[in-house]
Amino acid sequence: MTMTTKPAPAAAAGAPPTAGFLDRVLKVRELAIAAVLVLMLTATQLDNSAFLSQQGIKDLLLNATILVLVAVGQATVVITRNVDLSVGSVLGITAFAAGDFLHGGGNPVLAVVIAVAIGAGFGLVNGALVSLGQVPALVVTLGTLYIIRGLDSIWVGSRQITAADLPSGFVSFGHDGLSVIPYLALLTALVLVAAAYYLRSYRSGRDLYALGSSPEAARLAGVPVRKRILAAYVTCGALAGLAGALYLARFGNVDSGTGNGYELTVVSAVVVGGVAFTGGSGSVYGAALGALLLTSINSVLPSIGVSSVWVQAIDGVLLLLAIAVDRIVALRVAGLLRKRAAQTRSATHG
Amino acid sequence: MTDPAPERTPVLALEGVSKSFGAVRALRDVSLELYAGEAHALAGENGAGKSTLIKTLAGVHRPDAGTVLLDGTPVVFHGPADARDAGVAVIYQEPTLFPDLSIAENIFVGRQPRRSFGRVDHKAVREATAALFRRLGVDLDPEQPARGLSIADQQLVEIAKALSFDARVLIMDEPTAALTGSEVARLFGVVRALREAGAAVLFISHRLEEVFALCQRVTTLRDGAWVASEPVAGLGEDDLVRRMVGRDLDELYPKQDAAVGDVALRVRRLTREGVFTDVSFEVRHGEIVGLAGLVGAGRSEVARAVFGVDRWDAGAAEVDGRPLKPGAPSLAMAAGLALVPEDRRAQGLVMDMSIERNINLTGLRTTARAGLMNRGAERSRALDWAVRLQVKYARLADMVGTLSGGNQQKVVLAKWLATDPRVLIVDEPTRGIDVGTKAEVHRLLSQLAADGVAVLMISSDLPEILGMADRVLVMHEGRLTADIPRERATEETVMAAATGRARSAA
Repeated sequence: MTMTTKPAPAAAAGAPPTAGFLDRVLKVRELAIAAVLVLMLTATQLDNSAFLSQQGIKDLLLNATILVLVAVGQATVVITRNVDLSVGSVLGITAFAAGDFLHGGGNPVLAVVIAVAIGAGFGLVNGALVSLGQVPALVVTLGTLYIIRGLDSIWVGSRQITAADLPSGFVSFGHDGLSVIPYLALLTALVLVAAAYYLRSYRSGRDLYALGSSPEAARLAGVPVRKRILAAYVTCGALAGLAGALYLARFGNVDSGTGNGYELTVVSAVVVGGVAFTGGSGSVYGAALGALLLTSINSVLPSIGVSSVWVQAIDGVLLLLAIAVDRIVALRVAGLLRKRAAQTRSATHG
Repeated sequence: MTDPAPERTPVLALEGVSKSFGAVRALRDVSLELYAGEAHALAGENGAGKSTLIKTLAGVHRPDAGTVLLDGTPVVFHGPADARDAGVAVIYQEPTLFPDLSIAENIFVGRQPRRSFGRVDHKAVREATAALFRRLGVDLDPEQPARGLSIADQQLVEIAKALSFDARVLIMDEPTAALTGSEVARLFGVVRALREAGAAVLFISHRLEEVFALCQRVTTLRDGAWVASEPVAGLGEDDLVRRMVGRDLDELYPKQDAAVGDVALRVRRLTREGVFTDVSFEVRHGEIVGLAGLVGAGRSEVARAVFGVDRWDAGAAEVDGRPLKPGAPSLAMAAGLALVPEDRRAQGLVMDMSIERNINLTGLRTTARAGLMNRGAERSRALDWAVRLQVKYARLADMVGTLSGGNQQKVVLAKWLATDPRVLIVDEPTRGIDVGTKAEVHRLLSQLAADGVAVLMISSDLPEILGMADRVLVMHEGRLTADIPRERATEETVMAAATGRARSAA
């Protein structure tokens, strides 16, 4: 072939920077959120030196723990290109179940186990419906959101669990900690690290990314798609259950409305944290950072004297910003790869 | 090459296998035997059932009747994982990669080397991938995500994947369609080494010379039925083609002579970066121009760009002297252009809508009055075209999804012919439809040309191109490599241009 228009070096020179750029883009997502978070906290501290006091740090962490837990579970599901909207309802019903059990004089550890088990059970139902029924997860879990909320309302009625109903050890577990780090945050961090390690280092964890990235290819590669989706939902449900028990310990106050609308906050946290809604990418660390960022805003605004009515609007802006950044980066990368492919093609076939 | 001794047990075999999808009988009583150390070719036209056969061997489909035999024992593959665990590696025509995962992870998904506590050994995954690439002589970064790889590179990753578990049976569905000459040579070297090491190989290619170069035996399928299994030695290309086609070509390709008029579609130096480059051609009124080339050569992409579905980066296109704009399908329609797309299920039809509604999707403006739909006009327009194209249906209100493939294709054609186009682009107009309907579609295209419509026909079906086209344009890797008049168009000249061996732009 005689049309050597572009010499090979052009491609060789073009390739490495692209690879570097790609690597940066893929790794930088979590770092970017962390940077925004640090920036925000530093600025607030400069404005109001009382912000990062011992109690202030403790509050920040305590506020974040429950959202982080649920976000970790949600991220596991979103990575598989699905979603679980029922987490708010699950959190509400498990919190009440744990409270009811403790109110009757139950063992606190057993109460947590019960909450986790109920959550896992609802996760199993969600997972079975999504993976076997081949129905969009959005619709299925919207349905279970209402069903579980309905069950909760029928069961709880106008009853209410208050801190007075709970053993004092359980309540203090929800407030105390090792110096500035609350026990709840330690527990959450443990779950977070375990989930991240599992997703990164186990075949079944890698399978979740694979099937979120391309369900059809996953099927052909012999990934047990249904089993994995089921497992993701059970994990998500179990973590929502655990979050329910911790919610009880932290706030001590549960009624039939607990966790109402929580699913939207969770999904925002996950998306802000860089877990792509189209599946296959992102990490639970990102989701946790997203959750930390969203809850921190709640504390930051009052301490710099901004009315908290702004919180939701700011959350929304963050969400759109996160998606816009992801989209722009994706388009840029696609364009770059297209050009590079053209270069290598004309180089090798020249 | 001698016949294998009868007492040898095939590694993998099919016995009397049948498989249907709804009303379509994809395989009828097909048998196939793959022996260790032998490369077996599977020949047949598009739609002959080759892909279904492969997916049966790969555990994707379960046969309705007949058995799959592994080492002479009947087995049931419950899914691709079962087939993989039995040592069957498949390289599909369309690469099936995970765009978000790294190349190394793509290769080892579900089979990653592990260290203590069942953890994935990421380092070992990387190193094993690098070793595979060295063996293949490929220069790819194992850490790079698969997103954005060219088709050829994706194909190489698939090949590395098949190599990564010492497959006893290697099945390749047109692995060479997107590869260059040197890449093909390298692939064949690896395949020969595997075969000599005792692997059984099943090979599918439309390039017959590759079949003769690589394989010892060939099995031919036609319309889902087994035709012959025989040694390649002593067989000529003509014999093989005759077995594949097996019918009188004239009947299937009723080409009428038509008066060729003025230029209807003119495309000048059209370029979409990384997809196709510097494509120029003309199609005249009354002419059927075939656009041939291998899968991935960029033919459909040119059609999509001309019609305005995708944008083009440089160049120009015009219909009857009216320039088209990039990325403006409604302008293209107004200029008299119609595009019957490649994938009728995803692009051509709304499967859950009625025949009537589907046909009228192109006529929403002409049948509406003062912004309101005129149901009467709609119905008569749909009925008119459904009857003219002899669509077989129970009621016009039936969902398109319930029709057979051939009838669905007629609905797509009706939908576009109802716009009274001056230029009709058809992309794989007869893919996956039965022989009878195929002949009807060909007669229709021929009639349209006789009526003065300019027809651009993209097809991977070489006999169809040769039988129908007045002129054959050939694309190779995003470039137009040949413009061959009907008299000189043969399987040889077209394939030579399609594989890049000849650059004889007329």
